[in-house]
Amino acid sequence: MHELPVTESILNIVLKHAEKNRVSRVVSITLHIGELSDLEDRWLQHYFDYLSRQTLAGGAKLRIERLPIVLKCRNCDQTMHITRKDLGAIECPNCAGIGDFSLVSGRQYYIKDMEAV
Amino acid sequence: MEGIKLFEVREDILSDNDAAAQQLRDKLRRDKTFVINLMSSPGAGKTSLLLKTAAAIGGDLKIGVIEADIDSTVDAEKIRNAGIEAVQLRTGGFCHLDAAMVKTGLEGIGSQNFDLIFIENVGNLVCPAEFDTGAIRNAMILSVPEGDDKPMKYPLMFSISDVLVINKIDMMELADFETTVLRQRAAELNPDISVFEVSAKTGEGIHGWTDWIKKEIKDFS
Ligand SMILES: Nc1nc2c(ncn2[C@@H]2O[C@H](COP(=O)(O)OP(=O)(O)OP(=O)(O)O)[C@@H](O)[C@H]2O)c(=O)[nH]1
Ligand SMILES: [Mg+2]
Ligand SMILES: [Zn+2]
Repeated sequence: MHELPVTESILNIVLKHAEKNRVSRVVSITLHIGELSDLEDRWLQHYFDYLSRQTLAGGAKLRIERLPIVLKCRNCDQTMHITRKDLGAIECPNCAGIGDFSLVSGRQYYIKDMEAV
Repeated sequence: MEGIKLFEVREDILSDNDAAAQQLRDKLRRDKTFVINLMSSPGAGKTSLLLKTAAAIGGDLKIGVIEADIDSTVDAEKIRNAGIEAVQLRTGGFCHLDAAMVKTGLEGIGSQNFDLIFIENVGNLVCPAEFDTGAIRNAMILSVPEGDDKPMKYPLMFSISDVLVINKIDMMELADFETTVLRQRAAELNPDISVFEVSAKTGEGIHGWTDWIKKEIKDFS
């Protein structure tokens, strides 16, 4: 799966910020990942440990925060938070409309911050 | 622990790829080359649909194909045998194409000389959905034997596709597949998705799909 290139990207961005801020070691990294993304936390950490071995970010812990899927009913503008389990049977809680929602969020792939010494 | 400090990063993880994809799209617009990124599970009918599509509209439009195959040239050979220019990208186990790989493919085929280029992406419904290839439109194929529940399992793919081609409708009798159910599930995350029902084997329904392509190209150029 695509955890490897994603992890490479995370590491590059983190190292850039580590250098810019002249830190000696990155301790943790907080990621915001939308529920719609199929990333496996375990593999991300695993690849990260491997790729970051000889860098300032070696041993850093990835804290992965999942962000909910948010839809907006195009019929009545109601927004709603859903989980993947709701897919296939979503009904607008306000107007009972089905099959006409725009995706407001749920696709995030974002590095929020990092802790370092 | 002493001395731990918090640093804001605030960056999109895939921003490099997204920027590269945007650059490709800008170039394609300048060259007036329409590119469709074709995605599906293995065996859903990407190569078959390409061949039928080229047979239907290849007389009016100059069509090329960029093939991503893990490690074989089978599909590229099939395409070339039909008289269509194709380049093969060796993905070597990569699960998706990214903008940098597609750029190599577009340069390899000389994209500016084509009206329409198809990218046959790596066969899976997960990874290709995450990586913008720089194509002008995303198309996905779902074949009837795969089932009508796939929008629930692969929501991202359905949400990023501009078109859904339901293929192998000649097998409808054999499968438990309800097109109306599938359409509704797909529309849940993507109400504007265009849906076509085709058989790349018999040719049934192909014109709905090719008319959509022709209209998109007309609006594009
Ligand atoms: N019955 C039927 N068979 C089809 C249809 N379209 C494709 N096939 C068959 O499905 C099989 C796979 O088709 P391909 O076109 O190779 O599928 P693909 O998505 O390119 O496959 P990969 O590149 O290996 O992922 C072949 O045996 C095709 O003949 C269709 O509409 N109906
Ligand atoms: Mg193929
Ligand atoms: Zn509503």
